[in-house]
Amino acid sequence: MKGWSIALAGIATREFLRFARQRERFLAALVRPLVWLFIFAAGFRSVLGLSITPPYKTYVLYEVYVTPGLCGMILLFSGMQSSLSMVYDRETGAMRSLLVSPFPRWFLLGAKLLSAVLVAVAQVYAFLIIAWLWGIRPPLMGYLTVLPALVLAGLMLGSLGLLISSAIRQLENFAGVMNFVIFPMFFASSALYPLWRMKESSVLLHAICAVNPFTHSVELIRFALYGQIDPLSLAVTLGCTLVFFGGTVFMYDPAKGLWRGRKGGA
Amino acid sequence: MIADPAQTPPALEIGGVSHRFGRVEALRDVSFIVPRGAFCALLGVNGAGKTTLFSLITRLYDSTSGKIAVAGFDARRQPSQALARLGVVFQSRALDGDLTLRQNLSYHAALHGIGGAAARARIAEVLDLVDLADKAGMRASTLSGGQQRRAEIARALLHRPQLLLLDEATAGLDLRARAEVAALVRRLIAEEGVSTLWATHIFDEIDPADHVVVLHRGAVLADGRAEALAGGDSLSQAFLRLTGEPA
Repeated sequence: MKGWSIALAGIATREFLRFARQRERFLAALVRPLVWLFIFAAGFRSVLGLSITPPYKTYVLYEVYVTPGLCGMILLFSGMQSSLSMVYDRETGAMRSLLVSPFPRWFLLGAKLLSAVLVAVAQVYAFLIIAWLWGIRPPLMGYLTVLPALVLAGLMLGSLGLLISSAIRQLENFAGVMNFVIFPMFFASSALYPLWRMKESSVLLHAICAVNPFTHSVELIRFALYGQIDPLSLAVTLGCTLVFFGGTVFMYDPAKGLWRGRKGGA
Repeated sequence: MIADPAQTPPALEIGGVSHRFGRVEALRDVSFIVPRGAFCALLGVNGAGKTTLFSLITRLYDSTSGKIAVAGFDARRQPSQALARLGVVFQSRALDGDLTLRQNLSYHAALHGIGGAAARARIAEVLDLVDLADKAGMRASTLSGGQQRRAEIARALLHRPQLLLLDEATAGLDLRARAEVAALVRRLIAEEGVSTLWATHIFDEIDPADHVVVLHRGAVLADGRAEALAGGDSLSQAFLRLTGEPA
């Protein structure tokens, strides 16, 4: 087991070192949700009033409502960013050094995924600290109870990113695919508006949002930030994580996946 | 047949390996052996199937048919044992330019389950071997092409592999760097006792006493000592005779 933990620590260390070297990546990851919080949410505060909606026990300001969604946004972008780096690594050949390790491929992919999630979670906490200074103050205990929810949501979104990366052969194709994944996932979710509000405008849109896995990861974070568990969100996020990660392992398997019989797989 | 690991099998045994990419047959019934402690050149023009064969040995692809064994371990059935005995230098550079040379090597050591003091000691040892000890703290992206290649060789040797695979390791290097890398590999074979399969299309990198496998359009055309294959001619003339194409 010692060798496995050394490998996991090595992969995580590389991820953190790369992140530390790319300061602009950290700034970009923070600026994006902060723009939404400081400008978008402030602007919508007067337009969008929110009556009591679980897990909130009182009427809440729009900034308070949107904060868990913006945490999800950081995880979503981070998940896609790490899959982008997988495609880049595959194009440059760096991926090969990972895949020729004697450890099983599921472990290598899982270790890479977990490492990227830990980096993303650190970004979410940086955002939550700034949000606290801005006046968005969930219960102190919430900062602790939200941790497993952030990790699980990050694993789900990161697995989705890895799954997508396994099917993309060239870096330039990635941007297009992302536009069809990130934006629909984010906007067709409960990140910016509660689902019941969505239902008032369109039943079809509400149905789409309700089946969107990102909605459930946001709700998981939202409830956890207030010390509660939403069982449906937990089940959907957990189930989607298993499906997406299982798909990723399958796709990266040289004997089974999409790369079987195709040149340039890794 | 895959040899019994207990009877000191060859460093690499390729038996009847074929591989297809869709309708394209990349390798056709390829068989040869790299004996322990030997330097073997895999000679072929671009597109001959060298990189595909390396990808099969390293399990980046799964072979359609045939058997591959590294130090007696079947790459398909015992991939962990086979990969643990392999050191690989790929054709495309695979160092992480954002990290220092030492960080790159630490990462690779971790990928083989080597950490802590053992990793630090071995990193110092391999950096000495490739004369890069003074560059350990430099970012990989700032190293010259030749230094990066030497660093990749150091990385491939970190976990003390029994077989070193080098895929066009001198590609993109100037003459001096090419000669340095080739000399380094031959020195390492002598000092570390590691067997080597060196894929190349450059005749100058092959000595008359080297074992050569000529791969052409996915098939092995010749397998033997370079001087025997040349038969009194130069190796390039012998290659032309065999393939009908200059390398």
